Amino acid sequence: MSKIAIASGKGGTGKTLVSTSLAWLLARDGHPIAYVDADVEEPNGHLFLHPELSDCQWYARPIPELIGKTCSGCGECQRFCQFNAIIALPDRVMLFPELCSSCGGCVLACREMALGEKPREIGRIEAGTACAETGHPIRFLAATLDVGEARATPLIGGLLDRIEDPGIVLIDAPPGTSCSVMEIVREVDLVVLVTEPTPFGLHDLVLAVEMTRALGKPVTAVVNRSDLGDDGALRYLEAEQIEVAAEIPFRPELAEAYAHGEIAAAASPELCSLLLPLESRLIAGASS
Amino acid sequence: MKQLVVISGKGGTGKTSVVASLASLAAFEAPVTTADCDVEAANLALLLPGQEIRTEPFFSGRRAMIDPDTCSSCGLCAEQCRANAIHSEDLTVVDPLACEGCGVCALVCPVEAVTFVDNQAGVWMERRTAFGPLIHAALGIAQDNSGKLVAQVREEARIIAEREETDLILVDGPPGIGCPVHASLTGCDLALLVTEPTPSGEHDLERVLELLDHFRVPAAVLINKHDLSPSFTVRIETLASRAGVEVVGKLPFSPEVPRALARGELPLAIEAVAVPLTEAWERITALLSGGIARPLARADALTDSVV
Repeated sequence: MSKIAIASGKGGTGKTLVSTSLAWLLARDGHPIAYVDADVEEPNGHLFLHPELSDCQWYARPIPELIGKTCSGCGECQRFCQFNAIIALPDRVMLFPELCSSCGGCVLACREMALGEKPREIGRIEAGTACAETGHPIRFLAATLDVGEARATPLIGGLLDRIEDPGIVLIDAPPGTSCSVMEIVREVDLVVLVTEPTPFGLHDLVLAVEMTRALGKPVTAVVNRSDLGDDGALRYLEAEQIEVAAEIPFRPELAEAYAHGEIAAAASPELCSLLLPLESRLIAGASS
Repeated sequence: MKQLVVISGKGGTGKTSVVASLASLAAFEAPVTTADCDVEAANLALLLPGQEIRTEPFFSGRRAMIDPDTCSSCGLCAEQCRANAIHSEDLTVVDPLACEGCGVCALVCPVEAVTFVDNQAGVWMERRTAFGPLIHAALGIAQDNSGKLVAQVREEARIIAEREETDLILVDGPPGIGCPVHASLTGCDLALLVTEPTPSGEHDLERVLELLDHFRVPAAVLINKHDLSPSFTVRIETLASRAGVEVVGKLPFSPEVPRALARGELPLAIEAVAVPLTEAWERITALLSGGIARPLARADALTDSVV
């Protein structure tokens, strides 16, 4: 199995466009492929891949609960918890599930064995297949965080655990450089950073490159809307000796296909040829 | 004092350009305090040049360290660590990028080999700009707790706005609907949702509207690049009207916008954008000064979910 994260510091640079297009291209060319939507706060891959879902499971993480009547109100749990998620009252505890990190320490700290754990639902994980008409269906996996839930990282961990072995796995990551992105990047063999040639794109690209390097992962770049802006991103990538796998110019017909919920590559032979070198690299990476 | 927070759900819809432009429009009347709460990818400062007058460290949480001389290599810590920060290959090394500082390792260690160090997770800064003070921050690479840093930026912005006697705080929010977004919305008067007419824009707007409804935060919608898809613009208008949220304006797509940004100029310099944006700003100020129907009661409940 070869896992690739499609990431970016800045949002809206074209991660989903690139990852759905790559998935479609690889499937069309007969390679076993999975598309995993890990942008759990705002998952969008399904809007373009239109998957047929075969499975939907709620995902839960453990939080503490009082069991039995042995709580003495000693406060060991409260003193232990670094996240202020549990408060000891004279004969019971009060819990703030939103703040709990699911570390399980309060259960270990409790001297009266009064705490157990119960699951708390934070989102759902869906599986299915997409683009069966190409003859080689894409395995589709996506997670969606419940609205109002604060912590995305445990759900992303649960999603990544569900990945089985289909060959090439493309993981559509959330924007940013924090814990939820790192949860993905630490699991992959290659990071494709999608950027745009604006000062914003460059600023966030630098952060994303630093993050991938902190985790010791190889990185390659795709410059989207490459003709709308300046050459700052390209100059930075050259100075850092990061390969530019593709430069995609702005095309109204690409924007239009996308606006109609079509996979951009399926609508644009030009995009297919622009992504060809990256596609070849992923195929080579999967067989080595 | 009023607080306007600009969010979008989907990234890259134009939040930062809109915030900088609104700051410029607001500053015609009086100085305005701006705050960049997209601390993982803070870009507002790129559009608001000025002098940094203060830089403060931001500490959050702690990281475990294991003393190799004391460690008896029993492996209990690695067994109990759910963050996967300690591995059986070398029990004295804690992965600082994975450790959440929960303390389970110290709790189970029979020989007290674990100590903790405070974690500097980033910095926040105060800048003087032509429009008024800007508070922005940089979260360290591979740090979590961005919600806490967002909360700190909001709090510093409030203090500085009071000191400088500005009547408005304009907040550039993060993408998504999770913890940093909750922290950006706490106690705000109005959320301006910048969206775009695409399937992703519509889908993400739907989830953001649901979030705002959950926390009872009043909202308004601004559609960016509306002419890229007239049909999705109609769908977004319908979605907004069903949610009882006003569309305060529609901005056209212009290739001149990224070019202006590349020169460090605001989109306001482009007439096709400046006119509808100025009109939208008039609607927003009207909403801020009292034309809001939806209740604010639960905005404070957000504080509880900031981790």
